[in-house]
Amino acid sequence: MPVNMIVCCKQVPDPEAPPAVFKVVNNKMTLPPDVKPVIGQYEEFALEAALKIKDAVGGKITAISLGNNFVRDVIKKALAVGADELILLEDKAFEDSDSWSTAKALAAAIKKIGQYDIIFCGRQSSDWDAGQVGLGIAEILGIPAVTLARKVEVSDGKAKAERVIPDGYQVVEVTFPALITVTSGIGALRYATLKGIMAAAKKQPIVWKPADIGLQPSEVGAAGGRSKLDKLFQPVKESKCEMISADTAAEAGAKLAVRLREVKLL
Amino acid sequence: MAEYKGILVFGELVDGKLASITTELLGCGRRLANELKEELSCLLASDVVGEASKEAIAYGADKVYVAEHPAFKEYQADSCIQVAEKLVKDISPRVVLIGQTAMGRDLAPRLAFRLGTSLTTDCLDLRIDPATKLLVRTRPVYGGNAQAVFTSDSMPQMVTVRAKAMSPIERDNSRKGTVVPAKFDIDMSKVKTKVLETVKEETVGVKLEDAPVIVCGGRGMGGPAPFQTILKELADLLHGAVGASRPPADNGWVPESYHIGLTGKIVAPDIYIAVAVSGATQHTAGCSGSKHIIAINKDPEANIFKVAEFGVVGKYEEVLPAFISKLKELLAA
Repeated sequence: MPVNMIVCCKQVPDPEAPPAVFKVVNNKMTLPPDVKPVIGQYEEFALEAALKIKDAVGGKITAISLGNNFVRDVIKKALAVGADELILLEDKAFEDSDSWSTAKALAAAIKKIGQYDIIFCGRQSSDWDAGQVGLGIAEILGIPAVTLARKVEVSDGKAKAERVIPDGYQVVEVTFPALITVTSGIGALRYATLKGIMAAAKKQPIVWKPADIGLQPSEVGAAGGRSKLDKLFQPVKESKCEMISADTAAEAGAKLAVRLREVKLL
Repeated sequence: MAEYKGILVFGELVDGKLASITTELLGCGRRLANELKEELSCLLASDVVGEASKEAIAYGADKVYVAEHPAFKEYQADSCIQVAEKLVKDISPRVVLIGQTAMGRDLAPRLAFRLGTSLTTDCLDLRIDPATKLLVRTRPVYGGNAQAVFTSDSMPQMVTVRAKAMSPIERDNSRKGTVVPAKFDIDMSKVKTKVLETVKEETVGVKLEDAPVIVCGGRGMGGPAPFQTILKELADLLHGAVGASRPPADNGWVPESYHIGLTGKIVAPDIYIAVAVSGATQHTAGCSGSKHIIAINKDPEANIFKVAEFGVVGKYEEVLPAFISKLKELLAA
């Protein structure tokens, strides 16, 4: 049976960018303009989880994202890899959302979409790393959730997920509709095919404003949040590494052993 | 509006004993409770709680709420949240402390949304603002590239705390406290998930979280073999454990249980030997609590040298065998 899926995606500063480019200016993370944003790594895994199900049993994938000033090429990657539809909650009022207002707006949009069997989210965003929005959406919609899935299969109106736990994994079964957060292990997001890229180029995302999902501007973004960012800062890391060198790498290795013994570390 | 008072710790048990994260939360909770001159309580929910309630008192709790039910044998959000929600509504704590663990990650956000309060996850530092009595929460963001300080006026003040970020107080078996049964009902019809199977993937030997020495391999190891051979040889020599950064785990070279980092395990051994690990912030977030970091990497610019105390630039294939043989010689002497 085809499965109706929604995948929540977030546009974030590239988390793989070198640490040196991350600079806090006026309490905001500011990256140089040449560092392009990306879809968060865990949302990419979430997309891949949905695409694998679409491959196996067919279905529809609606990607949805919340923010402002989306870079179209970046966020349309969801369409290029195989999502059928892209909905952007895009408005100035959505800026500086916290987990609370993000989940609230996404849940309202998902209610408007109406039809869904599985909602996929990444385990956490790649910028704020909070890991709350997926579970928040599930709670608002009153549906069960399975977190930290690294494999998802569906059959007979149920999903079976491998949930990662510290010493292994659990196989968890849940009836539709359900929300699943995805972690690494599912496999990297597939590359977009040329055909996919061409099709995505022609497709326009659907843009919804707060009013389109029945929310006041005061209920979304920073105004609708429940936590206040007092300060964003970068702790100063003092490098104090003692480099052990010698004529050859092997000699340096032996010298390291001597040095560590000398300072009684080993 | 109810008056919110006291600190509540959500405890976790491992093999019938308090998990180390719970002793850490109790340590942190005790400090906050003393500052506020309020009570520290701890919820222990399991199929059997037994002596662990006394342990919680010895580690600082004034009051332990015991919730025993067969449904708690294996953690599931849908059952656990029922007792958690009930207790928080009954006792209205000012602060709720939960571990940033498999359970905490799964339970805390859901509970916060249900209670209509804000949650800050993965906190490294917590203090009380003396003027407002609000909890000031510091947590890493942007994969560890920055830290953020949050406050919220929604009650209760709810956070999850990273493992090893807080210190337990010294165990004192003569401490006094009360143990009371938690009042709750479990409606099994609300449990919508079903655990079909639990599979342990842990390898034999020293557990990563408990190992005094960790030898961690990164992307530069090039494949699964060196994890079984040279890294294991060094770990065995030092009575330690082998770990990995994210790429080896993602590539399937090692089980996910080896993964150290922001989204893997957080470790804080005495000695951390990072081999062919570039030191992405994602990774160092999981090992920066180590007492001494030693790095071996062929790239002199690798970020790992910024957090290391001792470093060698070179290919691990050349550095490690000489290091190990010299070390054997020195240890034998």
